[in-house]
Amino acid sequence: MKKLFLPFLLVLITASVLALPLKIAFIYVGPVGDSGWTYTHNLGRLYVQKIFGDKIQTTYIESVPEGAGAISVLKSLANHGYNLIYTTSFSYMEQTAEVAKLFPKVIFENCSGYLTRANMGDYFGRIYQSEFLTGLIAGAMTKSGKIGYVAAYPIPEVVRGINAFTIGVRMVNPRAEVHVVWVNSWYDPPTEKEAALSLINAGCDVIKSETDSAAPLQAAEQKHVYAIGYNADMKKFAPNYYLTSAIFNWGVFYEKDIKEIMNGTWKPEKFWGGLDTGVVDIAPMTKLVPPQTQKLVEAMKEELKSHEFHVFEGPIYNQKGKLAIPSGKMATDKELLSMNWFVQGVVGSIPK
Amino acid sequence: MSQNIVITTVAGAIRAGTPLLFASIGELLAERSGVLNLGVEGMMLIGAFTGFAVSYNTGNLWLAVVVAMVVAALLAALHAFMSVTLRANQVVSGLALVFLGSGLSGFWGQRYVGTQAPGFSNLSIPLLGKIPIIGEVLFDRDPLVYVGYILVPLVWWFLYKTRAGMNLRAVGEAPSAADARGINVSLTRYIYTIVGGAFAGLGGAYLSLAYTPMWVENMSAGRGWIAIVLVIFAIWDPLLAMVGAYLFGGISVLQFGLQVAQIPIPANIMKMFPYLFTIIVMLFTSGEKMKKRFGAPSALGIPYSREEKT
Repeated sequence: MKKLFLPFLLVLITASVLALPLKIAFIYVGPVGDSGWTYTHNLGRLYVQKIFGDKIQTTYIESVPEGAGAISVLKSLANHGYNLIYTTSFSYMEQTAEVAKLFPKVIFENCSGYLTRANMGDYFGRIYQSEFLTGLIAGAMTKSGKIGYVAAYPIPEVVRGINAFTIGVRMVNPRAEVHVVWVNSWYDPPTEKEAALSLINAGCDVIKSETDSAAPLQAAEQKHVYAIGYNADMKKFAPNYYLTSAIFNWGVFYEKDIKEIMNGTWKPEKFWGGLDTGVVDIAPMTKLVPPQTQKLVEAMKEELKSHEFHVFEGPIYNQKGKLAIPSGKMATDKELLSMNWFVQGVVGSIPK
Repeated sequence: MSQNIVITTVAGAIRAGTPLLFASIGELLAERSGVLNLGVEGMMLIGAFTGFAVSYNTGNLWLAVVVAMVVAALLAALHAFMSVTLRANQVVSGLALVFLGSGLSGFWGQRYVGTQAPGFSNLSIPLLGKIPIIGEVLFDRDPLVYVGYILVPLVWWFLYKTRAGMNLRAVGEAPSAADARGINVSLTRYIYTIVGGAFAGLGGAYLSLAYTPMWVENMSAGRGWIAIVLVIFAIWDPLLAMVGAYLFGGISVLQFGLQVAQIPIPANIMKMFPYLFTIIVMLFTSGEKMKKRFGAPSALGIPYSREEKT
């Protein structure tokens, strides 16, 4: 009897799932108006809503507190019949896993975490590949040989991005330096602008922003130096000096994920997609980027997509000139996820 | 190079200090009348949003500034109603204003995220702007910076040299005595709470129209709170508020100058300094005698009621 019960239940669930629209909820760490991280996730939500039409029904909750507050939000969504819940920040990982255990029929996906469960997966983008491509452009465009990098917090994700960017810069311009300042905030436009201005005053003639707002780009435009953005296309904020942005296309992942659930082929996985999946990319390069540089960037993008080239493939030297990744070796995902050292060419330090 | 770092820090200090200056002058006026308004952050946000929205829709920057001030003043009027007329707890009402301001601006502002609108550009003052170094640092700025230069001495003069200013101080120090002298305590408190809100709105408008011409949610990022701290630091004096605003602004800019120059002072330590300075000021002004001369207005945060006194 018990043996029959389980398949019966599965059929029942499948039938009900097929009949009703898939109810999907998104948990955001910030407001959708932050113009950065949460904004791009919300663009992803709007994208899948458009693609799947009335086959899905989406909702979102913004600025959800971390910790116990998130648990009650997640529980109430699951109780209200949501079949799929995306928690779009690392800071919800533990809570997501906890609630996933209580609602085995609901599927959970956590962004940028590492825990998985039978009904919980993880997803993230290899934005460092995009950072590498923008580094190629910065290296080609600088005249002073000094490039400014406005960074948020000294965490592995950001350090990895700075390193990939610098590897790109040095590939085309072996003597160029990447100067890093830490804003110690994801999100504080005036402070981000001051950080960029201090780099420009020190002689940097390309500004790469990694924080959430477009303020560093405004500073670049104002001081007539080139600007490269992050998260989304930010051309309008520096119309005369904008080169490109490293961008996330979360919609690509959400579409794939929802399709798998609809087809019944969904399995919990740790999705860390690169340029090959389309979840990360660079925004269209502007006319300021010379054609031969554009060609190089496109060529390297193809090599990254086909896995013929890897950003963190040796020989790679650290800031002090010591061999960190020997020739023929590649940094593993584990090493990438815990990266806490700078490559050669970065000027700045990682506060400990 | 070292001269360069000094110039850029001073220039940055004025830029970063101006929004703090407006907001703290506003808070100073409200507190001088005896009303504590913790809602500065909310009023700055509503000012930043409405300023940007008006600039976006009309392209008229000065209209944008005026509307920002009026809308923030409306929020402040709500606080005045709660704390003067209803005699509610001013801390609670002020905190409610923070959430109201950030909530409304975030909600209405969603469609403005990622859009561009006209912003103030620098305006060099003839002759003065030509002075080497000083001219560039002080007199080649956006117009709102000049408004700050003029506003502070005006407020100081008003506060200490006019009858209306004396009445204002009397209401904050000894409301029943002021009442006995025929000053309308409630009306005075209403006026300065509302004017204070308008200045907070001006501080917000500075962010979205001059500093970083854009709108993103919560873009004041805690500056409203620093403005409140600044009033204590300045021992309720407008000139000291100006010094403090540029000093606090300078510290926030210097952290990047030091990082670029590879001088290893952790940014977190730098961020702590404004609060540290304020605590030192509080320590020095905590004695009984000092308190009378330099302390908070005696009736700060206390609702006034004529009946209770008699």
